[in-house]
Amino acid sequence: MATIAPYSGTKCRLKLIVNDREVSVAAPRVQRLSRVLREQLGLTGTKVGCDAGDCGACTVLLDGEPVCSCLVAVGQVENHSIITVEGLKSRPPLFDRLQESFLRHGAAQCGACTPGMLVSATALLEKSNSPSEADVMDALGGVLCRCTGYRKIINAVLDARSRTEKSKCPAAGTSVGQRLIRIDGKRKVEGTEIYGADEVPVDALTLLAIRCPYDRAKFRFGDLQAFVESHPGVEAVLTSKDVPGEDCYGVIPRFADQPVFAREENGARYRGEAIAAIVGQAEAIESLDPATFPVAWEELPALRTIDEALAPDAPLIHPHRTCNVLTSGRVVRGNVEKGLAAADVVVEGEFETGFVEHVCIEPEAGFARRVGDEIEIQACTQSPYMDRADIAKLLGISAEAVRIIPTAVGGGFGTKLDLSVQPFLALAAWRLPRPVRMVYSRIESIMCTTKRHPAHMRCRAGAGKDGKLLALDFAADFNTGAYSSWGPTVAARVPVHASGPYSVPNYRALTRAIHTNIVPAGAFRGFGVPQMAIAQEQLYDDLAIRLGIDPLEFRILNALDDETPTVTGQIMGEGVGIRACFEALRPRWKEARAEAKEFNANSAGPVRRGVGVAGMWYGCGNTSLPNPSTVRIGLKRDGRIVLHQGAVDIGQGSNTIVTQICADALCAPIDCFDLISGDTSITPDCGKTSASRQTFVTGKAAHMAGRELRRAILRLAGLRGDCNDKDRDEDAVIDFGSNILEIRQGGTQRRISLRDRPLDKHGYVLTAEQTFDPPTSKLDEDGQGIPYALYGFGAHMAEIAVDIELGTVRVLKIVAAHDVGRAINPTLIEGQIEGGVAQGLGMALMEEFFPGKGENLHDYLIPSAGDIPPVESILIEDPSSIGPFGAKGIGEQAVIPTAPAILNAIHHATGVGMRRIPATPDRIREAILANASTNPTGAARG
Amino acid sequence: MKICFCRRFQLLLRGHSLYFRPHTLNEAVNVLANSGGQILAGGTDFFPSLAEQPVTGTVVDISALRELKGVIHEPNYIRIGGLTTWTEIVKTQLPRCFDGLKAAAREIGGIQIQNRGTVAGNLCNASPAADSVPPLLALDAEVELVSRAGMRRVPLADFIVGNRKTQRQPGEILSQIFVPRTVENAASTFLKLGARRYLVISIVMVAVVLEKDSMGHVRDARVSVGSCSVAARRIAELERALIGAPVAVGLGSFATADHLKSLSPIDDVRATAAYRRGAALRLVQRALDVCAGSS
Repeated sequence: MATIAPYSGTKCRLKLIVNDREVSVAAPRVQRLSRVLREQLGLTGTKVGCDAGDCGACTVLLDGEPVCSCLVAVGQVENHSIITVEGLKSRPPLFDRLQESFLRHGAAQCGACTPGMLVSATALLEKSNSPSEADVMDALGGVLCRCTGYRKIINAVLDARSRTEKSKCPAAGTSVGQRLIRIDGKRKVEGTEIYGADEVPVDALTLLAIRCPYDRAKFRFGDLQAFVESHPGVEAVLTSKDVPGEDCYGVIPRFADQPVFAREENGARYRGEAIAAIVGQAEAIESLDPATFPVAWEELPALRTIDEALAPDAPLIHPHRTCNVLTSGRVVRGNVEKGLAAADVVVEGEFETGFVEHVCIEPEAGFARRVGDEIEIQACTQSPYMDRADIAKLLGISAEAVRIIPTAVGGGFGTKLDLSVQPFLALAAWRLPRPVRMVYSRIESIMCTTKRHPAHMRCRAGAGKDGKLLALDFAADFNTGAYSSWGPTVAARVPVHASGPYSVPNYRALTRAIHTNIVPAGAFRGFGVPQMAIAQEQLYDDLAIRLGIDPLEFRILNALDDETPTVTGQIMGEGVGIRACFEALRPRWKEARAEAKEFNANSAGPVRRGVGVAGMWYGCGNTSLPNPSTVRIGLKRDGRIVLHQGAVDIGQGSNTIVTQICADALCAPIDCFDLISGDTSITPDCGKTSASRQTFVTGKAAHMAGRELRRAILRLAGLRGDCNDKDRDEDAVIDFGSNILEIRQGGTQRRISLRDRPLDKHGYVLTAEQTFDPPTSKLDEDGQGIPYALYGFGAHMAEIAVDIELGTVRVLKIVAAHDVGRAINPTLIEGQIEGGVAQGLGMALMEEFFPGKGENLHDYLIPSAGDIPPVESILIEDPSSIGPFGAKGIGEQAVIPTAPAILNAIHHATGVGMRRIPATPDRIREAILANASTNPTGAARG
Repeated sequence: MKICFCRRFQLLLRGHSLYFRPHTLNEAVNVLANSGGQILAGGTDFFPSLAEQPVTGTVVDISALRELKGVIHEPNYIRIGGLTTWTEIVKTQLPRCFDGLKAAAREIGGIQIQNRGTVAGNLCNASPAADSVPPLLALDAEVELVSRAGMRRVPLADFIVGNRKTQRQPGEILSQIFVPRTVENAASTFLKLGARRYLVISIVMVAVVLEKDSMGHVRDARVSVGSCSVAARRIAELERALIGAPVAVGLGSFATADHLKSLSPIDDVRATAAYRRGAALRLVQRALDVCAGSS
């Protein structure tokens, strides 16, 4: 009888061949390969996005074939060859060209999926000399990306073999408008970028949160001390009793309501809320079964929906918030009832959208350590200074005693504006003598980080026979979950925007954010405006159809212009490019509508084509609230310029955009710049990366700082340096890049030796620091005033095919026209547009999170590489003089019009309007059947 | 005190879970008989099923059993080793009636999953949405189960008994899949309906194998539907009704809602039960038309 000896479950010595080198590791044989590569071999280029084979971020080559390293036991690959992204550089020239192609095409945004994409693409390119687009999609189909919309990645792979000249640094003063490769791009394509989980102090402990498994529950702890003592390697259990400061945080201080841990006396208010944290040696924590934690739960009835929370007898989730209403918003102009009464055509609709999850490929992660009486937190975040303020409050220490070191962010989209790992880490590291790390699992990330607010919207709109919009009556309730997060922002922003980018003389928009026992809904690219646009833009299509007017022409007829007041009474006077956006779509619109008509007339099959359009406006920056950015630049003795750029780059490109702006303001070549990130100990506050504000607000501060440094240099040279702040019209030329500055103005030439210059308190020869806060005004009780200093505008057109028998939709093409004021970097702007389109497509067709169900990436679906059509971006430049070089934001603007354009196209194709979003195949099919039964001659068949 | 001791003991066990990596089937079944434990093969279901909990108990890694890899053509059967990966299925030259299975193989996860996931693993995991089950059912596949006590062969249709439930006993390894060489030149297809292009769990899937006689009429028809009942199933009523029908486009119209009454779809996050019923019928009709068109 054959016998075989077992391997112990404890660590074994194993020999692997990693990146063509033989290495020896000590690990249990059943350990995931991804874990061994990252934690033992330090090959953190391999990312872990889900630990379930759903995202492909951890793809490596195993004997030359791509596999998910999270699904391979290290004992299975002893003596096999493993190639990670770090090892691909040994495959020149193919990989060099692929990397260059990724950079050139802007195929890496946040960069978290990039290693998986590069490894998968390399496997394809090594087998195939000239792969087709379909081959590339098949090769990349196993890797999810949330930023790019895939098209730039696909094109980068298709283009990988073409030789191109290395791009040269543009001359001084000519960076703006250039397709420069992103400044932080090289690290992303090498796999060397450091994200939240990629750096750990050697002696760090690991923290695991214990979370409530019910929507609402009472709980009682058992003997926590005995638990610690009976678990070797466990150092401490933390609960709400361990919070030394004020245990109440929140992104908007006035509404702060969230404790670090739920308290026994209040119970837990949502599934996923932390009640305690266990801190200990990594191995002890990893082998721990959370079910053994001593706590007794009592599940309580929960409020899950807006209707349940608003019921007269509903219990209050927060006793001081009556009727479970967190806050409300209101904008009123003209007389909406009179407007509707005067209208020749009135349409109405009720719309509902679901929870949407951000799905950053990088789950939340970081570590903290105590340094004397100060705490340092290195984590992924979109808002270092807000983190600092809340951590100081929780620990009961001054803000100056908190240092936030933001890592690269592997996708944010709004969810990393809120605290995640930071409070747990701060408490633990404050109390324990060692650093503490925490990495959210995908399950944890989906279960307990913020979501897009579900919306229940009711609206009526009226227009005259002439096609002029007369009135819009809009009301929306948003399910804001158990804590405030960004609920007030959604409630405030939506009523300002619900008219869309059109002139609506009679207007009423009322919103409420309603508490429920669900994970908090927070910020997600657009703060409620994407949901709102789904209702408003579909309703306007109904109006156009009832009036017999082409939907695009209806929008052009009603588009805002420089002199027409908005629904808050703001007259912009300049930079209202919405009409130009719609007009840019017109040629393709006419063609595509004709093509669809012809296709449908000649097709006997189940496929129907449709073409839809939607418009968008979006205010950049906080709504009627201050949101300053401060930028500091310094001139070093070696002639290099240091830019303290506190706008966290979450993949959108602010590191590059802000530097381009600053370089041109200073009139220096961009390669003279060194970038310092948003570390709160060395970089001033540039506010949060949200509200499409960084290009505008931080960009403007960088522009001002650049001009200021230029003046200071000219003054130092004894030249005319205090002239008016006109762009580039000074005749002085400064040569940077050595320890001697050469300055020429007119016939005068000066040389300044920097080597012997004294240094100021920042350590620079010269420092310039400037603050910009966009001018806005408070809104009055009718919401009248100036909520934003400028708006971005845009319009998307979707061409789709619907299989009316199955309710499935294929998006064939998107044309996206955006007024960006000035395109600082067209490649990065296209990246924002294409990524926004992908998220809009997901929101329209497939993405819905059902709390408590499917906390993983195979039940919660985001678009894959095969779902995104070609996107044609049209950049309109109608400058706003207040923006840097006229620029406006694009981050959120890009996502808003896609979903309503697709939904309008579905209506065009099938005759049915989708009221419940996402329009999944079953919902579309159901709507088609319902329409057919009430309207037997309609488009639906089968 | 007692509870505390138990917890400690449990933790000790966790820290000392056993891992076997046998190199022959004989070794493997002996290990299983002696130690019990979970089987690890391609890992594509093993690791996700942990749901981020630590590995507990004994693990028997059978991925080194070379004898279970690859496809062999025997006189009466095509024998697929249980450890054959989906990529290998796609790359192996197989008779026409396997086109549906190959199409299903290309739809299982992404390339990363197809490179590791095994045929036996997909069958033993027995998800109602397992992509390989409808085409293998349509091929009349049988599975071979080996234990120390011996081996037995079970029709696939009997092997999977419910949602993630099979007839496999704890000491058994699914070693081979046998496909009888009866309809090798039959047309076959696989249609999958999901809410996105790649990496998607099926809402409905359909496999058809269709053989015509010399007169151009249906000699043999096998139709199976997945994701519409606890386990994918053949639609015998429809298969019988198709016998003798002329093989031409329009064959699909033979299928009616009545034929699919044996399905019992559910509402879940992917779709409603009512939708699944309707979509299953349309996919069956289309799959029949595809096969008829290529016959």
